[in-house]
Amino acid sequence: MTVSTSRRGFLKGAAATGAVLLVGVTPKGALAAGDSAMLNPFVKIGADGSVTAIVKHFEKGQGPATGLSTLIAEEIGLRMDQIGYEFAPSNPEVYNNLLFGPFQGTGGSTAMANSFMQYRQAGAAAREMLLQAAAESWGADAGTLTLEDGVISGSGNSAPLGDFVAAASELTPPAEPRLKDPSEFRLIGNPDVRRLDSKIKTDGTANFAMDVYLPNQMIAMIKRPEQRGALATGFDDSEAKTVKGFIRAAVLPNQAGVVAYAENTWAAMQARDFLIVDWDTSAAEARSSDEIEAEIRAALDAEPTYNVNKTDMAATQAAIDSADKMVEQTFYFPLLAHAPMEPLNCTIEPLADGGIILHDGAQMPTGPHMALSQILDLPMEKIQVNTMLAGGSFGRRATPDADYQVEAGLAFAMTDRTRPVKLVWSREDDLRSGYYRPAFGHKVRVGLSADGDIVGWEHRIAGQSIMKGTAFESFAVKDGVDHSSVEGAADTPYQIPGAHFGLTDAEKATSTLWWRAVGHTHTAYVMEVMMDMAASAAGIDPVDFRLKYLAGDGSDQTRMAGVLKLAAEKAGWGNAPTGRSQGIAVHKSFGSFVAEVVEVSGNPEEGIRIENVTCAVDCGIAVNPDIIAAQMEGGIGYGIGHTMRDRITLTNGAVDQFNFPDYEPLRIGDIANIDVHIVPSAEAPTGVGEPGTPPSAPALANAIAALSDMRVSTLPMNENGVAWA
Amino acid sequence: MTFSLKLNGETHEVDAEPGTPLLWVIRDELKMTGTKFGCGVASCGACTVHLDGEPVRSCQTYIDDVEGVEITTIEAMSDTKIGAAVQQAWVELDVVQCGYCQSGQIMSAVGLLSENPKPSADDIDSYMAGNACRCATYQRIRAGIQRAAEILEA
Ligand code: FES
Ligand code: FES
Repeated sequence: MTVSTSRRGFLKGAAATGAVLLVGVTPKGALAAGDSAMLNPFVKIGADGSVTAIVKHFEKGQGPATGLSTLIAEEIGLRMDQIGYEFAPSNPEVYNNLLFGPFQGTGGSTAMANSFMQYRQAGAAAREMLLQAAAESWGADAGTLTLEDGVISGSGNSAPLGDFVAAASELTPPAEPRLKDPSEFRLIGNPDVRRLDSKIKTDGTANFAMDVYLPNQMIAMIKRPEQRGALATGFDDSEAKTVKGFIRAAVLPNQAGVVAYAENTWAAMQARDFLIVDWDTSAAEARSSDEIEAEIRAALDAEPTYNVNKTDMAATQAAIDSADKMVEQTFYFPLLAHAPMEPLNCTIEPLADGGIILHDGAQMPTGPHMALSQILDLPMEKIQVNTMLAGGSFGRRATPDADYQVEAGLAFAMTDRTRPVKLVWSREDDLRSGYYRPAFGHKVRVGLSADGDIVGWEHRIAGQSIMKGTAFESFAVKDGVDHSSVEGAADTPYQIPGAHFGLTDAEKATSTLWWRAVGHTHTAYVMEVMMDMAASAAGIDPVDFRLKYLAGDGSDQTRMAGVLKLAAEKAGWGNAPTGRSQGIAVHKSFGSFVAEVVEVSGNPEEGIRIENVTCAVDCGIAVNPDIIAAQMEGGIGYGIGHTMRDRITLTNGAVDQFNFPDYEPLRIGDIANIDVHIVPSAEAPTGVGEPGTPPSAPALANAIAALSDMRVSTLPMNENGVAWA
Repeated sequence: MTFSLKLNGETHEVDAEPGTPLLWVIRDELKMTGTKFGCGVASCGACTVHLDGEPVRSCQTYIDDVEGVEITTIEAMSDTKIGAAVQQAWVELDVVQCGYCQSGQIMSAVGLLSENPKPSADDIDSYMAGNACRCATYQRIRAGIQRAAEILEA
């Protein structure tokens, strides 16, 4: 996995091994091939016929390395064992996320959605050029030749594609290569296609950023304040000096903490702990989570600041007030940490020419690339980003302010810049000094007619905005409304009569950040628990009740109803074994539709056990069905684990949790079984990394309500009346 | 101080401070990076290695206590019958996602199959409870262990 990251270096390095066929796009977006210095390829074919996909998205487990390689292999005509992959260098003009603008990054479950046509076109262009080269060499018509399993055949000839790489690299790529018709797909949609990274992740050879060990490197760890936002003004390192391997300590230029430099990780950990730091807490956060919760709950009782859909709130209220029945519930969602398995870290390696390499599981390489350019006063082209495998992220590695890469940059800048500096976080750093899924509250009133029809839905949301105050504010916030605060509620596919959505921002006591499925983590819970409560008040089956509001013939409604019915059918909805009960939820997020049925046994006092989760997903064309199933399994586990027992709390501005024992991850025995069913579809592929998460928590809540009449409306569940078996 | 370690069948002389966790000796001194750091407090299992065949958390095992003990890490698992079967099952079922916890999962799975060649789902859930996977690959870990048991039986 060595990617030389300067454009010129990349191409020369490749050319040195013989003629190479590179197919990619120019900065103008046009397909191009050959040895042009302007070309950044998506596919590279060596003289020996070896094919490499250049993957522009980072791999944190969701499978884009396999997925994008599959697209190239499919269109060229290769088996999966005939393609390898490399991660692309940082170049936001070429390797940008097509849905993010001129910005290279992975997020919002967009890796496949934005790459599907682009990578197929690159593969298809390479195929046509190879066939053309073979045709010229054999004096045949290219249209009569085929390319299967890496072999070109026709006109009585047959030869491996490697024989035509040199000739193909001289050709001009077709402007519009013919893409395979879905009926011709052999790899896309094939459940037997395996991940390309399974082997290295089972034999210890996979390299994560934490595994970077460069000659002469230093380890840097940062002592951070207990009270968030306190500033370091000085320190006493006399005890740290007793640690063998401790080099020195220094206050960060932004006073956010004190860096301990050491020869190895264990020395850095010990020395860091021994530092006694003077903190200026005058501007630090002093509130506790109880006060944050009180502020949010109070906001729900006041007139909302923003009328999200510009609808008539008074009319909605009047309809509810005169309705036959009314159901009402207030919800509260705590701060949550992402806690990816690999603690955050990155390494800055100085180069002889004064430039640097950032070795990083970089989710949004453009951010740290620009930040380091400023901090170290280096032009962009003197900075290379070596994107490594990431040990999970769930959003944490993509901060708008490139937080940990900036720390590494500052720590490196305070040295003489001759030794590599590896910044390492501990799990405590991760849980206590991180960025959190914001706290949110919802208050909903639903009015029902005597026939059990919804006549009004008044929905207030109050919480801490993610986008406001960040570089993303300008495109994510419209008319004051941070869309990520209301997504999944205000834009629900349900056709609800008399709906009104109001939003009020709460003060931020911590840094807030997208967390797997972002706003949907709380909006799906509220929408789907309210739907269940309304169905129950109406005396109608929860599936039938939902279907009433998905009756339109819009594609969203049809697809949402489709997964709802499939999940219900596969789960044996309504026929739970004795002693068990079921709950259902359905939600659209990131373009995909997911319904889940959770089946539980036991009771809330002595312990609930999650016996089964049945999931149905419609994410358009299923490029890799097995990876989609894995993402649903993982998304469900992530959602349910935090719902069961996790929260971050603050006391006087300091986080109360330290390590996993206080932020207990989902364990293997927590969910006995998960089944995933994929809806066949010809729609363009949409996200799978996040959409499995939103319906899991409300389906669990609805299952518990079916078992015990207990409606859990404040999370996590274990703090609010539910014991786990 | 110099310690002599028997690791994956080889003897290594390492210079380390007494009290250094075995995890950091393996990673920082021997540069064997398959064994991972996840929590440092024995609550995630990412750092699991075998001492004389028994899975232990190397973040809470100290260099002072392992002289003369056979240490085995993920890097040597393919040389053992059970390790190779578990790795094969893991690849067949594509258990991994980010992969960061999986060295530890495999070391524990091998420990389980060494003492219980046909574990039930409950046996697996209780033996593997200390190995966290933030990607929640548990469904496949369970299936992977049962598949490895099948491979070993064949
Ligand atoms: S690092 Fe040892 S158990 Fe987590
Ligand atoms: S595979 Fe990511 S933590 Fe287990």
